[in-house]
Amino acid sequence: MIPAEVRHAAADLMAEYGLRIDEDRLEDWVELFDEACDYKVVIRENVEQGLPNVLMWCDNKNMLRDRIASYRDVNEYNLHWDRHVIGPLRLGGGADGVWTIEAAYTLVQTDLEGVSRLFSAGRYLVEFVLAGAAARIRSAKVIADTGLIPTLLATPI
Amino acid sequence: MTFEIRWERDDYSRIPFHLYHDEEVYALEMERIFRGPCWSYLCLEAEIPNPGDYRTTWVGDTPVVVSRATAEAGGAIHAFVNRCAHRGAQIVRKTHGNAAEHVCIYHRWCYRTDGELIGIPFRRGLKGEGGMPKDFDMAAASPQRLKVANVSGMLFGTFSDDAEPIEDYLGEFGTGMVRRFFHKPIRILGYSRQLIRGNWKLYAENLRDTYHASLLHEFFVTYGVDRATQKGGVKMDARHRHNMNHAYTATDTQADAQAAYAGTAGVKLDRMRLTDTKLLQHTPEFADRMNLAAPTFFPNALLIQINHSLGTRQIRPKGVDAVEVFQTLFGFADDTEEQTRHRLISANLVGPAGFVSMEDGEAIEIIQKATRNERQATNIIEMGGRGAISDLAHRVTETPVRGFWSYWSELMGVEAPGGVR
Repeated sequence: MIPAEVRHAAADLMAEYGLRIDEDRLEDWVELFDEACDYKVVIRENVEQGLPNVLMWCDNKNMLRDRIASYRDVNEYNLHWDRHVIGPLRLGGGADGVWTIEAAYTLVQTDLEGVSRLFSAGRYLVEFVLAGAAARIRSAKVIADTGLIPTLLATPI
Repeated sequence: MTFEIRWERDDYSRIPFHLYHDEEVYALEMERIFRGPCWSYLCLEAEIPNPGDYRTTWVGDTPVVVSRATAEAGGAIHAFVNRCAHRGAQIVRKTHGNAAEHVCIYHRWCYRTDGELIGIPFRRGLKGEGGMPKDFDMAAASPQRLKVANVSGMLFGTFSDDAEPIEDYLGEFGTGMVRRFFHKPIRILGYSRQLIRGNWKLYAENLRDTYHASLLHEFFVTYGVDRATQKGGVKMDARHRHNMNHAYTATDTQADAQAAYAGTAGVKLDRMRLTDTKLLQHTPEFADRMNLAAPTFFPNALLIQINHSLGTRQIRPKGVDAVEVFQTLFGFADDTEEQTRHRLISANLVGPAGFVSMEDGEAIEIIQKATRNERQATNIIEMGGRGAISDLAHRVTETPVRGFWSYWSELMGVEAPGGVR
């Protein structure tokens, strides 16, 4: 049995995860992670072949901060709005207080003239711990079924 | 079909925008370039190490199977058009795998691992009735095969009997660079794919435009990975169809760079620091000590080293207004676990989400968007000079883009009168 408070914390966590990106609050999105965290975006084509290549990999929170700072001030990218739709959460784990979430997502991007396109579909594998009532992400792995990235990938999934 | 281009300049410093949009031009490119006397990059030998291993790939927009034949079929590496002789269905549908033979699902026509048609169900009919005509020649009907060349484990293919020997095609410069990247056995780390809604030539040009590198990709300059002030330059083959942009680690000073980029809008030299600098850790691992090497081979290949990230990119045209960039990342078979980890961390630099590469997708799409309706206007390609095309020992240049167009024009049969080569 997954305790009710864990279910609530996980639901809140994933709601905040998607919405903070969609609201362009990327610095606040980073705050959902532990200092010792791991964030990775991989494509299913590689996973199915057992190949380790990554599209993005931050193996601690400072690297995540660098990714966002670079996005804000250094990189050029397709101007767009993100919209995440995250499916029901499959919860598991619990050993040593580390819980797991598996959930499907779709991410639609909309350009500044209002044209929306499916940008990515895939799933999340998240490990989190409870810090008081709130969940903190230990690791988040995005496995994108959409291996053919339209244009480029600048904002996190 | 014949067509003409009214070149404004015979040095290809003005390219009409309509060449990125015309369907007829695209169709001719597939015929005269990708099915013409060029060698196209197929895949890496390391991806098909065992007999029966195959990968599907593209030469222009023609689907191709690259296959290491089984022992019974001779064991050599073959490439053939991935299209059933019978009705034209894709024979192989997976991206990769291992097979003793390939069978089209539609009517189960069967192909040997070298591409030869060897089986047709009910060929002799049923109970003496029907079947294929007795004189049907299976060998002659087999899918078209490409000539395959293996340069240090990098596989190239051509449809044309008129292609030069691969060593001449790549030149000493090219084969030398391939040997450099593949000087010992490699390990495939994986793939990435990017769909850019722009003409494939815009991507080919991008790879030959050193001028943009440190301006569009601000990360290079901001964090000092690559700056125009570093020692380096562009090298081309004798025909100026291939190019290499390169730079050497730590050959400029912060003061050089500050002076050079002073006043350039948007460049934030020295303003930012990475909190975690391991991404940029680089210990020269090649004898030449380059930290950036990007040899690009006409028409569809790039080899790229950015610090410890190593890879190939294959240009896959997807119609006149889209191109897939297919990237294969690799390390060396004798890399330690720690080295592999560092190569994967370095993968943050490249690919569709790469700190120093993501911008190309956007730059190309906004050209495609803004030039769609142009019948007359041209672009301007003069950075680095006009006239003759030659190697340069500096990095603020787009001269190799003119080299690309010069060779493109030769293959397409539309060279400017007296055009430079």
